[in-house]
Amino acid sequence: MVRTTQILFLVVMFALWEILARMGVIDSFITSQPSRIISTIQNLYAQGVLFLHIGITCLETIIGFLLGTMLGVLIAIALWWSKFLSQVSEPYLVVLNSLPKIALGPVFIVRIGAGPVAIIVMTLAISLIVTILEVLNGFVNTDPDKIKLVESFGGTKYQVLTKVLLPASFPNIINALKVNVGLSWVGVIVGEFLVSRAGLGYLIVYGGQVFKLDLVMTSVVILGIAATIMYQGVIYFEQFVLRKSRLR
Amino acid sequence: MQPIVEVRNVGMTYQSPDGEIHALRNIDFMVHDGEFVSIVGPSGCGKSTLLSLISGLLTPTTGQIFLHGEQVTGPSKKAGYMLQKDHLFEWRTILQNVLLGVEIQRSLTPQIKEKAKSFLETYGLYEFRDKYPTQLSGGMRQRAALIRTLMTDPEILLLDEAFSALDYQTRLAVTDDIYAIIKKERKTAILVTHDISEAISMADRVIVLSHRPGVIKKIYHISLTCPKRTPLCSREAPEFRHYFQEIWKELDIHV
Repeated sequence: MVRTTQILFLVVMFALWEILARMGVIDSFITSQPSRIISTIQNLYAQGVLFLHIGITCLETIIGFLLGTMLGVLIAIALWWSKFLSQVSEPYLVVLNSLPKIALGPVFIVRIGAGPVAIIVMTLAISLIVTILEVLNGFVNTDPDKIKLVESFGGTKYQVLTKVLLPASFPNIINALKVNVGLSWVGVIVGEFLVSRAGLGYLIVYGGQVFKLDLVMTSVVILGIAATIMYQGVIYFEQFVLRKSRLR
Repeated sequence: MQPIVEVRNVGMTYQSPDGEIHALRNIDFMVHDGEFVSIVGPSGCGKSTLLSLISGLLTPTTGQIFLHGEQVTGPSKKAGYMLQKDHLFEWRTILQNVLLGVEIQRSLTPQIKEKAKSFLETYGLYEFRDKYPTQLSGGMRQRAALIRTLMTDPEILLLDEAFSALDYQTRLAVTDDIYAIIKKERKTAILVTHDISEAISMADRVIVLSHRPGVIKKIYHISLTCPKRTPLCSREAPEFRHYFQEIWKELDIHV
């Protein structure tokens, strides 16, 4: 019932958008309209650049997403491992967390050079700190008695990590992944705004500059679809790990 | 006969931001093979600290502790710890939970796995071996936690308020259950609790600790006339009330 209503809502919204645009109630030059979006996609496809733009953006996002998550978990482990390190880095993490990382964009471009690498670094900068804090939070909130239990069996620090902290923080890690899906797209699109010559972010900026708002809306719709697929991917991953750990 | 546990003149001092905290002082006692000793004391008297010291998780500031004649210098296989809650890992099945200790000690062999299964069989958890802790009742979880401890074959069981997370009725039943298993496996045990009745009902001896710094105020040898010594039956014994009042007075609790 819920699912049907959700789909119905989407269909009605698009239908309304199309009808109102055709009736001239809304200005399709600014808001575009579904039929124009479809023809824009067809055009891009005919020019042979549709999958180039989508591919580049998706690749950058996935690389940034995976790097951000893995590095974030690794750094969180390092900070948990060394109390000294975590105490030293604490104020920096707090500042970096509240700092809008996008402001660092020009620095990355100048330092790394305009190109996909700068965009990926941008993505990393945005998602890394959140991941570290979220995973570390999971570690810190693990019941100390569970750790004590492992220690009372003579468990090493590494065993505390693998037997208790990582499995106990699995919900936090998944949560970080879900947040990172959104943040990675922000990072990539902002990065593409700043430097790129291809990708959906580039299409948005280009479309805006030449007043081809069809192009902008088309890119936004494609972005929405891609982000949804990626989010679903994380959910499948979560279920996969849960199922696997239960069957073992 | 050599005692299983020998606590020799142990003292423990913590460093805290407000200065030193003397948790324990001049603690001196022994526990012999097959004995069940309860330690009671007001909250914050360092009774749990004492267990951590015996298990080797903490090192005493002064004095020494020996397990079976060997000085304790770190977490020892000879001590099996049971904490306030069962702390079964919800991401592991009952069988995997029971194997946690041997897995950590890297002594997991097919034979050990069989032993775990036979333990589960003996104590009525075999059909739950592939279930997760959330699917078990509080009593069954507590039993699984005990089997997890028994799997590493400890010489002394350390029960740290092991039943206090359960509601009263369950607690009485679980106490009986766990006591029976401990006796059946001929284990020596130290129980730390703030519940006087629980302490008397299970123990051969009750050690009463004072307020911080915890020192041993008195040791009671519990001898009860009841046909079969179980915690529930002990509570029916005529001497039970007498011990309760003595210990209650000794604890000197004011509100």
